[in-house]
Amino acid sequence: MNEYSKKMLKVPTYTLLREQDKDKQPVLDVRNLGIDFGGLTAVDGFNITIGPTEISGLIGPNGAGKTTIFNLLTGVYQPTRGSVLINGIDIKGMPTHKVNKLGIARTFQNIRLFTDMTALDNVKVGMHNGIKCSFASSVLHLPSYYRSEKQANEMAMELLDFMSLTDVADQKAGSLPYGVQRRLEIVRALATNPSIILLDEPAAGMNPSETTELMHQIRRIRDTFQIAIFLIEHDMNLVMNVCEAIAVVNYGRIITKGTPDEVRQNPAVIEAYLGREEGKTDAEN
Amino acid sequence: MAMKTLLKNKTTRTNGITYLVVIAVFAVMQVLNGAGLLGSSVKGYLVPICVYISLAVSLNLLVGICGELSLGHAGFMGIGAFSGIVIAALLQDTIPNDVMRLLCAMVGGGILAGVVGFLIGIPVLRLRGDYLAIVTLAFGEIMKNIVGNLYAGIDAQGFHMAISTSKMKLGEGGKYIINGPLGATGVQKLATFTMGFVLVLFTLFVVQNLVNSKEGRAIKAVRDNRIAAESVGINVTAFRMKAFVVSAFLAGMAGALFGLNYSSVTASKFNFNTSINILVFVVLGGMGNILGSVISATVLYVLPEAMRGLQDYRMILYAVVLIVVMLCTWSPKFKEKLSIVSEKIKSLFWGLFKKKEAGTNE
Ligand SMILES: Nc1ncnc2c1ncn2[C@@H]1O[C@H](COP(=O)(O)OP(=O)(O)OP(=O)(O)O)[C@@H](O)[C@H]1O
Ligand SMILES: [Mg+2]
Repeated sequence: MNEYSKKMLKVPTYTLLREQDKDKQPVLDVRNLGIDFGGLTAVDGFNITIGPTEISGLIGPNGAGKTTIFNLLTGVYQPTRGSVLINGIDIKGMPTHKVNKLGIARTFQNIRLFTDMTALDNVKVGMHNGIKCSFASSVLHLPSYYRSEKQANEMAMELLDFMSLTDVADQKAGSLPYGVQRRLEIVRALATNPSIILLDEPAAGMNPSETTELMHQIRRIRDTFQIAIFLIEHDMNLVMNVCEAIAVVNYGRIITKGTPDEVRQNPAVIEAYLGREEGKTDAEN
Repeated sequence: MAMKTLLKNKTTRTNGITYLVVIAVFAVMQVLNGAGLLGSSVKGYLVPICVYISLAVSLNLLVGICGELSLGHAGFMGIGAFSGIVIAALLQDTIPNDVMRLLCAMVGGGILAGVVGFLIGIPVLRLRGDYLAIVTLAFGEIMKNIVGNLYAGIDAQGFHMAISTSKMKLGEGGKYIINGPLGATGVQKLATFTMGFVLVLFTLFVVQNLVNSKEGRAIKAVRDNRIAAESVGINVTAFRMKAFVVSAFLAGMAGALFGLNYSSVTASKFNFNTSINILVFVVLGGMGNILGSVISATVLYVLPEAMRGLQDYRMILYAVVLIVVMLCTWSPKFKEKLSIVSEKIKSLFWGLFKKKEAGTNE
């Protein structure tokens, strides 16, 4: 059954890489990834290669397994099958915090900020492993403590400024508007100094002008930090405009991969995903 | 300029206030004592108050700041007390200076308590949920029973230790340091109010510094959102461990000072009741509120002692005071600060209440 459906789907085996990424080691290399929850196969046969400065998208209907894939890539779930290589290192068996140290950071579909802490402190928690201050120095407040804290403050403020969040630096993260929280989560992920960031529905809950700003910011993150971005998003306008490569999943399997144009024209995608959207707009009209 | 920005910072200001309050109270006490205005009973409270302040502040690090419920703080206190007594006795001849010997005993007691905390933490802190509360509860009781059956002494051959009378053979002229159920007897009272004050300052210094460092931010982050904390590279188990060991270390130091404040100490002093009392200090002082712990430990320690004259009624009065304080602090701001621990208790009550309500509606 599995073999049969794989043949039927004719998933292209080539990978899209930006010209400048062509002969570089991919930042993310996922092979035949799969996970079962009891009897339910949530993800199966998932392959993707992402170059060091690529913006890629992951789309698919609700419950397709997109968030589960992110959880597999970050070590939140251990896969039943397949492997994930981050910068060439297999994350098998690693806990989430170690996987993060390999250079992958993420945001969450249901925002997970440290709500009781200020926006600035949220970013500084993200910088935790980058702050050079020993435990003894932290307890005794030795000179290196003051030095590292000052540096951390400056860097965190710079990062906040990058996403136009300077004004809210001293506010409790939990009290910020939805769209601001989403951007703060991106800053916190950036603070871990990643080589790839995963954004799980970054535009969810944003108004159209916020979404447009976010599109610019996503490109600016890639251009400034020279990192890869892999995002899940239901806003087709954002996905088609920002992503250079798109993978479409349904029922935990990849239906197709390609450029936005290729994906847009693929009949399987239209049926599984876009078709549904069109149907909806038809009904509305 | 730097000072100005420091003072603007709210946390540095509250920390400063805590230090100032402690130093001011110490100075007043010293002056009163010098003028001979303190009764002998009040003098007797001074060291234990310092000890309980340290215990409350160190437990607050664990319960209030990390959101980990520990029910065995008295166990670490006990380890510190008995190891401190043994260390002080062993160093009798090597270090003639009382203050130095007391310091060694406190540091030694702290280290031993920290090591035991580490060993307990290895299996427990990997688990999520209420395991820490259960295990620390058991640990406190086990500790009490082990120490209650421990014999230690010195003779011409050196140091002897055993867990039963029959195995304990002290040579001619040997002296018991710990004598099983009788506890430690003939302890040289090394503890002083000044050392108690130093201990309180040290505890405040360690806990407040820790809270205001990247470690403290990580601890708060773990409590706030464990999954997010892991996603930014924070090793949650390691952080729970650090907080647990630091807290045990400070409790051990306080315990050593406590043990060396009396001529005899029994293991039953470090029972579940004592652990709960310290927890009450923390809860009533405010979860995560360091100055609150200092004040509530002082007031709640003195209160039952001061009411001794009322005999049987004093515990009733004490309970009433606890309830009143609880009601007074039940403001929205306080509620906000309640950590996971009290939230759990609350949700349990609400759950029962709602079920009952739903039942009556039908
Ligand atoms: N821990 C889990 N245990 C059992 N089933 C799970 C678990 N996590 C996810 N699933 C199931 O896996 C499937 C995929 O869920 P997932 O959250 O990945 O979807 P998604 O593509 O992110 O959807 P959405 O667009 O709504 O966010 C769902 O059927 C979900 O119920
Ligand atoms: Mg999802």
